[in-house]
Amino acid sequence: MADSASTADTAHGGADSPEANRRDFIYIATGAVAAVGAAALAWPFIDQMNPAADTLALASTEYDLSQVPEGQQVVIFWRGKPVFIRHRGAAEIAAAKKDDGAALRDPQTDAQRVVQANGQPGKEAYLIVEASCTHFGCIPTFGGGPYGGWLCACHGSVYDTAARIRSGPAPENLKVPPYVYTTDAVVKIG
Amino acid sequence: MSGPSTYEPKTGFERWLDKRLPIFRLVHDSFVDYPTPRNLNYFWTFGAILTMCLVAQIVTGIVLAMHYVPSVDHAFDSIQRMKRDVPFGWLIQNVHAVGASMFFLAVYIHMFRGLYYGSYKAPREVLWILGVVIYLLMIATAFLGYVLPWGQMSFWAATVITNFFTAIPVVGEPVQQWLMGGFAIENATLNRFYSLHYLLPFVIFGVVVLHVWALHVAGQNNPDGIDIKDKSDTVPFSPHATVKDLFGTAVFLLMFAAFVFFLPDSLGHPDNYIPADPLKTPPHIVPEWYLLPFYAILRAIDFAVGPISAKLGGLFLMVGAIAVLFVLPWLDTSKVRSMRYRPVARWFFVLFVAVCLALGWCGAQQPDLIVAQLGGVQIKVTQLAQLLTAYYFAFFLIVLPILGLRETPNRVPDTIAKAIGEKKKTPVAAAPDREA
Repeated sequence: MADSASTADTAHGGADSPEANRRDFIYIATGAVAAVGAAALAWPFIDQMNPAADTLALASTEYDLSQVPEGQQVVIFWRGKPVFIRHRGAAEIAAAKKDDGAALRDPQTDAQRVVQANGQPGKEAYLIVEASCTHFGCIPTFGGGPYGGWLCACHGSVYDTAARIRSGPAPENLKVPPYVYTTDAVVKIG
Repeated sequence: MSGPSTYEPKTGFERWLDKRLPIFRLVHDSFVDYPTPRNLNYFWTFGAILTMCLVAQIVTGIVLAMHYVPSVDHAFDSIQRMKRDVPFGWLIQNVHAVGASMFFLAVYIHMFRGLYYGSYKAPREVLWILGVVIYLLMIATAFLGYVLPWGQMSFWAATVITNFFTAIPVVGEPVQQWLMGGFAIENATLNRFYSLHYLLPFVIFGVVVLHVWALHVAGQNNPDGIDIKDKSDTVPFSPHATVKDLFGTAVFLLMFAAFVFFLPDSLGHPDNYIPADPLKTPPHIVPEWYLLPFYAILRAIDFAVGPISAKLGGLFLMVGAIAVLFVLPWLDTSKVRSMRYRPVARWFFVLFVAVCLALGWCGAQQPDLIVAQLGGVQIKVTQLAQLLTAYYFAFFLIVLPILGLRETPNRVPDTIAKAIGEKKKTPVAAAPDREA
């Protein structure tokens, strides 16, 4: 420490060491305050880009499932993104369960695909998944691909009847949004 | 490079200003008396053409901003109003939209020029790196601008590109939401993209100033890649380069105008005339033509390698395809700059250009399209793109480093004057006294 102080003295060209030390103190103190200040000022400018309070306030939605006939699906909006609610027939559910033990890229059983956010089992007839391909976010189309589920035309990802990824470039199953059944027929997403 | 200033103030005002702000001296030394290699060909006019493109984009962009409404409810309509109702709006909007394509066309010719003539080699490494920075900023600006008309392609391009970030483990999704300002592409996203699209061209302008500065320190490269030895190798920038630049720019503008007036939509995508619909993805999403090769590289990786998913791997290679340009000056081991004197390297270069074009073609096709049938094996676009991607990287990482050490270059003339003399038996009529 003493060494570095004497080096600083020389660097500042001052033979008068008390003055040079005072300058060193001011230099370090100002630098420290400036660094903290810059970080403190940067954060608001970075954080303002995050979702705003009104965007976050729209983060849940309710839907009456009785409107969806068996074998059909609806697309509803949740947080600005489409969500599939599919009323699956017995054949679709059976097909999904049959593949529970298959070599899956993102292994999940059919039962795990319909679990509510509170950990309670959901209804296996209603598959609720985000309609964004886990590759780059395109909307997959139902009825495409060899597994009777969805096909994403953008880059060819194929999902089965439990919306699990089966082939193509997507890394994960279609995401299950957090949801709970508020009554027997009404589901609250988010 | 330009040596001591030869500027002599002629009027009293110039003498007065020269003592206070020597701006006329700077212009004189940089663009009038600046020594220019006398063997430059028309590929050297693209610097001027690109400057013109940047100015054209900024001027038309500022006008467009006067009529554009950055709101998801009005953005699409405000562009249609610009095209239909605003006096000469059709012209200014076309120049801006076509101008983006022209800008990239010119920058690609400029970059391939630099690649062929070894303009990235010492002492021009920083000049080259600044150029790659400008190119990256151009890509960012073009992407942000493409989102603003809020058509189907705008919306889904923004969705796909912001989803790139989800490939990054752990922080990917928070970063994506931070970029979008929400959970999907929406009004917050459109507004910030508009703000940044307005900002970035001025950042580009600033880096262009550095690029030109670096150019004037290192001096211009030339088709023979020979250093300037003395005055007999050069001509003054004005009128020689000035007139050549202006002529080249005029010819380029003729083609530019042909697109603006007769083929304004030929370089775009018809789906962008459908307003953005977050519930419907167009069946076939492609980027604008100038990003297709990178899109092909992204899609070529449809297999996982260990813990790296296909998604992350494709993204990694796509970013790497541009990142490799930053280290190019240190990958090419050849002492000879211009491929004019590199009989083997030039054929690898020709193949490289062909591969870039072929990657562009692949990027526009459906990945499952069958391109060839070899015996019983079908080659799909994805496999072709994998092959082309392999060559793209091999050119930089294998060919240039190894070939530079193995290749026997042709004899490089000592001076530019001699290089010209060897090609033209008779001395140049305009400057016979300059011939060595």
